[in-house]
Amino acid sequence: MRSDTPRSAYWRGVRDGAPFLLVVTPFALLFGVVATEAGLNVVEAMGFSIVVIAGAAQFAALQLLVDNAPTVVVLASSLAINLRMAMYSASLTPHIGSAPLWQRILAAYFMVDQTYACSIAAYETQPDWTVAQKIAYFFGTVTPICPMWYAMTLAGALIGTAMPAGLALDFAVPITFIALIAPMLRTAAHKAAALVAVALALVLAGLPYNLGLMLAALGGMMTGAQVELWMERRGTWT
Amino acid sequence: MDIDTTQLWTVIILLGLGSFGLRFVFLGLIGDRPMPPWVLRHLRYTAVAVLPALVAPMVVWPAATGGAMDAPRLIAALVTLGVGYFTRNVLAAIGLGAGSLYLFLYLL
Repeated sequence: MRSDTPRSAYWRGVRDGAPFLLVVTPFALLFGVVATEAGLNVVEAMGFSIVVIAGAAQFAALQLLVDNAPTVVVLASSLAINLRMAMYSASLTPHIGSAPLWQRILAAYFMVDQTYACSIAAYETQPDWTVAQKIAYFFGTVTPICPMWYAMTLAGALIGTAMPAGLALDFAVPITFIALIAPMLRTAAHKAAALVAVALALVLAGLPYNLGLMLAALGGMMTGAQVELWMERRGTWT
Repeated sequence: MDIDTTQLWTVIILLGLGSFGLRFVFLGLIGDRPMPPWVLRHLRYTAVAVLPALVAPMVVWPAATGGAMDAPRLIAALVTLGVGYFTRNVLAAIGLGAGSLYLFLYLL
């Protein structure tokens, strides 16, 4: 879509980010509830969600604090969970690395699984987008997702009730990510990367500090790159 | 049970700074400097490697069932994958995936 302006790219991002409210709403609500039950006041719970803005790492840090783990252990474990953010950062750099510094700072702060996943999926299907369009799209995805993270943490902390378990909203995370990734499995290289990553993630699931995820991700990326090279040599890479 | 306030805020602030650092490290420090082709080749597969690796254990060992394999959730994951792959329509994949989850939670 050559005619996309940054404004229309922004609204596309808003639309594409909106389904992830299914994930963010119950997850943030739950964090507010769990934080309150752990004895945090509203300011402290909000501090977590605004300063850290990372679901899984926040839950891990809170649990370790409740277990009276030393500060160094809390930080090391939670940062290990967020290591994938460095991979997201590297992966977004070819697309929005030339944006002004202030935009990159804001994009880094708002880089979460959902905004990254939406954006990289869109960038792959819109290779002719300018940096301005790509940045606009990124902040479009941020618009429904991140404010909701704050708002629902607050709601959870104030109201103290999570979503009923019967709704099976735990499974919103896998469903939304699978739905987003499936259309990206275009080439044999993409499929091989995903397949190896899944296999390694399951085999290495028992490793501590989220190491299994990192190794699985690296294994998948190396597989994808190798298959691409191999296909290029055979002349079957377009 | 009581978490020390100083420790809590130390964790919040340092975890926030550390997480920001991880998110900013490449985007901020490399910026628009060109990266070698082999790095770019690997980065093209970041999303299709990290995200499936992230969700695979959640699908096979769901937290909601205490980690026991669960047929409705496995079926829902496969339906989502199939619909997303063949239609390339994210919303259709989410809708039918969620629909099949509720259907099989009800039936099984």
